[in-house]
Amino acid sequence: MQREEIVAMDESNNTPSDQQITGNGGHLLEVSDLHVEFRTSGGVVKAVNGVNYILDEGETLAILGESGSGKSVGVEAVMGIVESPPGFVTAGSVKFRGTELRGMEEDQLCKIRGHNIAMIFQEAQATLDPGFTVGHQISEMLRLHRGLSKEEATKKSVELMDRVQIPFAVERANDYPHQFSGGMCQRVMIAMALALDPDVLIADEPTTALDVTIQAQVMQLLSELQTETGMGIILITHDMSVIADVADRVVVMYAGRVVETGSIHQIFDQPAHPYTVGLMNCVPRLDRKEDNLNIIPGSPPNPINLPAGCAFHPRCSLARERCLSETPVSAEVGPYHQSACHFFEEVLVGH
Amino acid sequence: MDTDHKSVEMSSTKPLLEVQDLVKHFTVESSSLFGKKTEFVRAVDGVSLEVYPGETLGLVGESGCGKSTVARTLLRLDKVTSGQAYFDGEDIFSMSRGQLRQWRRRVQMIFQDPYGSLDPRGSVGEIISEPWVVHSGIYPKEEHQERARDLMRQVGLNPNHDGRYPFQFSGGQRQRVGIARALALRPELIICDEPVSALDVSVQSQVVSLLKEIQEEIGLAYIFISHDLALVRHISDRVAVMYLGEIVEIGQEEDIYERSTHPYTQALLSSVPIPDPATRGQRNRIILEGEVPSPINPPSGCRFRTRCWKAQEKCAQEVPKLIDRLSHGHPSACHYPELG
Repeated sequence: MQREEIVAMDESNNTPSDQQITGNGGHLLEVSDLHVEFRTSGGVVKAVNGVNYILDEGETLAILGESGSGKSVGVEAVMGIVESPPGFVTAGSVKFRGTELRGMEEDQLCKIRGHNIAMIFQEAQATLDPGFTVGHQISEMLRLHRGLSKEEATKKSVELMDRVQIPFAVERANDYPHQFSGGMCQRVMIAMALALDPDVLIADEPTTALDVTIQAQVMQLLSELQTETGMGIILITHDMSVIADVADRVVVMYAGRVVETGSIHQIFDQPAHPYTVGLMNCVPRLDRKEDNLNIIPGSPPNPINLPAGCAFHPRCSLARERCLSETPVSAEVGPYHQSACHFFEEVLVGH
Repeated sequence: MDTDHKSVEMSSTKPLLEVQDLVKHFTVESSSLFGKKTEFVRAVDGVSLEVYPGETLGLVGESGCGKSTVARTLLRLDKVTSGQAYFDGEDIFSMSRGQLRQWRRRVQMIFQDPYGSLDPRGSVGEIISEPWVVHSGIYPKEEHQERARDLMRQVGLNPNHDGRYPFQFSGGQRQRVGIARALALRPELIICDEPVSALDVSVQSQVVSLLKEIQEEIGLAYIFISHDLALVRHISDRVAVMYLGEIVEIGQEEDIYERSTHPYTQALLSSVPIPDPATRGQRNRIILEGEVPSPINPPSGCRFRTRCWKAQEKCAQEVPKLIDRLSHGHPSACHYPELG
């Protein structure tokens, strides 16, 4: 479940032996300089302003951000499902195994979405069609994309429901979404996403609406399925704790930009952006009682009216003249570790 | 305010709020081929707890465990089915309208949704001073504006924004307005129902820190209801864990987080991830199977037994009492309690 570079740094984590990093130089997914904006009557909302990341096989990449950080819009652009208008992908490149997806014909893109990149959402229940049984919804996909017969598809959909550990799968295939709990709906979503054996699974806050015991079940299921299939997972979340538990690498987003990216250990042990440090210090921990939580003052900015220079400067304790006018570019902190802070060296020392 | 100091304080003080065997059942009607049937949702089924002056009692549990219903019933927003609750010795459920009105000055509530709980047509200054209009005689009318501005200052809002409307504030600021309004009558107890769940993580800690500061300043008590166990640990002196309408374990913060003896508490705590990758694989995780059963037809005996790995004959037959069986100093509703 680890990228080779990271494995080298952390021997304690085990890697599934049957996986290989693609040799032809193409990453599983490579996103560069992605820009997305929404043209609304209230003005242009710059939701994503130059996002870069890569994902390799068997790896879990977490995209961490608060509301308005652009974390969800960014992956919608990757999937080519940004609603347009008002949304426009204005620049950037999205490569799947070296093939550029931007500008691809819709029917071709649709194939890739079906076979190679799947997505699950926070509101699983809302994503399922209330008018059809879940068995029907899973098998429809198999018939459409895989060309299976009705019988084969029905059989396979029960198998899939079994695989995501839905009890009494044969009977439950005939139930409608409203008859499933939130956690079970998320399992149905995962079954649908797995139906076509994707190489990449994008999970957008998959457990945010679930209770913590159910969250633990779903996260464990995802991790088992990843070990089994070797798929790459992009996990979008606002929750530092979930990331600490499952991610190999982390992309921290703020106001539509990547402010820091690095391995899980780099992010937690040597954070190099004041926002990452702030987030880490303001989250209470279950395993100890803290007398006082550190706080980040203010709130995330309105994307319609972003602060000039570094968008984090109004909330940053290190902010000075330069931060108000000059937008920081990502600087190399260490191997595969980048920070978009003018003063990242100070952050490293201070931590 | 350290806990030792508080427990000494508590043993010599009478509880501010004393709840005995609180029950709240909702009726639901289902109709089928065989006619109508009335069923009871046992949302809260025999909850007893105490809140002492100046302390924070955390109330935790998963969705549907009844924690919010406890709050709504205590505030008489929902009619109680049975049980008693005494506030400073007075029986809450038998208060007359006049008494209730007086009592409501002493107990306030903060809700999860700062968007839905503020009147969108009132300026923030008006929203904060509204309690003084309802309970006249606290401050003369000409002082309202200045007093509201004082409260805004106290909760970290710019008092010059008192003419603005709720939509002009961010979620965190709106929750501050809600806190200012709750403080307007100088209550002795505030019931906070998931007060930061709707806020961004970087804003949650601001609001929680504010609640702690205010408590230290004016010594009020909180019932802090939340599904976020790490947050509850941070703010609470004592914690009660609920499952399917009942309290399964209650004790000092460290009793629950360091020395829990009920399997549900242990499973709940173990399923919370810790924001530190060094703990990965180092913790003993208990992944519970299945889901919370329906409160319409809860399991016999111990309600947790259908998901419990330790369940035995006795658990199906006998309801475990919430008592201290191990002499650890805190009660746990399990026939076979043991340290995790």
